[in-house]
Amino acid sequence: MDKLIRKWWWKILAVVLMLYVVCAGLLFDVPRLVILNETIRVLHFHVPMWFGMILLLLASVVYAIKNLSNPSPKNDIYSLEFANVGVAFGVMGIVTGMIWANFTWGEPWSNDPKQNASAIGILIYFAYFILRGSIEDENTKARISAVYNIFAFAILIPLLFILPRLTDSLHPGNGGNPGFNAYDLDSKLRKVFYTAVIGWSLIGFWIATIRIRMRLVQHVTEQ
Amino acid sequence: MWSEVKYLFLKEVTLEWRQKYAFNGLLLFTVSTIFIIYLSLRVKNQAGLPDHLWNALFWIIILFSAINAVAKSFLQESPGRQLYYYISVHPISLIMAKMVYNSLLMVVLATLAVMVYGTVLGYPVINTLMFASVVALASIGISSVLTMMSAIASKAGNNTVLMAILSLPLLIPILLLSIKAVKNAIDDLTWGDTSDELITLAAVDCIGIALGYVLFPFLWKS
Repeated sequence: MDKLIRKWWWKILAVVLMLYVVCAGLLFDVPRLVILNETIRVLHFHVPMWFGMILLLLASVVYAIKNLSNPSPKNDIYSLEFANVGVAFGVMGIVTGMIWANFTWGEPWSNDPKQNASAIGILIYFAYFILRGSIEDENTKARISAVYNIFAFAILIPLLFILPRLTDSLHPGNGGNPGFNAYDLDSKLRKVFYTAVIGWSLIGFWIATIRIRMRLVQHVTEQ
Repeated sequence: MWSEVKYLFLKEVTLEWRQKYAFNGLLLFTVSTIFIIYLSLRVKNQAGLPDHLWNALFWIIILFSAINAVAKSFLQESPGRQLYYYISVHPISLIMAKMVYNSLLMVVLATLAVMVYGTVLGYPVINTLMFASVVALASIGISSVLTMMSAIASKAGNNTVLMAILSLPLLIPILLLSIKAVKNAIDDLTWGDTSDELITLAAVDCIGIALGYVLFPFLWKS
């Protein structure tokens, strides 16, 4: 990871992919469907947020585990900043979802199990930031917040992937609603969607690495 | 290790028995909450509460009793005693003893709460066995998560507010599952219809206990 941060090829790849996603996502033909109409384009801007969030939070947990086995300020900074950007992605996912729901479901918040679960997930990570803020000593802070980070991620997985499946959801692909496979007969949507997932995730990691480098410089100057 | 767990567990029980005020205080808290709900809703025994409201209020009572009951498991230990534990027992035995003890405490507290709650606000549950198993599984899950959060909060400056902030969002999945499973018990659905919820609840309990087992030694090091 340390070496990857300074490499530039994946950042260029992110820019190219995102240029394609923005142009193709907004301009390409999409299937005409009742109620959904043009809002189907949100697929390229809302769903990748959750992929990005999960990947970033996963990276955060990996560095939390590393921090427990091998405590160092660097691992702590990595873990914190991945969580920071992951939560930002989660908030953007909720907001884009609410805008979309306003046009299709008729109201921004309709007590949908997936909406509720993601809101709870964000709350869990807000508690993580509050926990960090409440501890003065740097070493204790790093260790305890790593423990909570692992705990939070382990609860987040059943919360996001198992609980919503036990109830009917309004989301496409759940509760008898037609999903991706029914809409996307010529795989056009799919092409843009997969590109969007990779592009947005790379952008997320890029933002995180910039923040990590800032923190590392700060950490060195403070000493 | 198991002898240590047993010894620490017995120590918790003896301590509770000697200072009965803590348990009596908890009981009083739960009973007062139930009575406040009864008085503020002004329901007659015959008419009863709508089932979904009965269910939701019951779990809110359990949640807040649990936070009060389990918060003290680490928050009220003096620094001297913590140091004594640190040098004399293995951290895993300590967390396991606390989890077992708190789970048992929650099951007892929940049983008493059901009795009082059922007496004043009616008892709409038809499948009592299913209800009891959901309450038992939820008590184990809630108390194992809370025990761990109590340990974290005690390391972060003995802050009770912090404990509530950390644990409430983590407990919501357990509560959602329990509310749904108890709704099935009220409507007298078959075990097959509830098995998904029960299995998931048991899995979440296992996650909570396993995380305590793995992570507590790191927490205990300071």
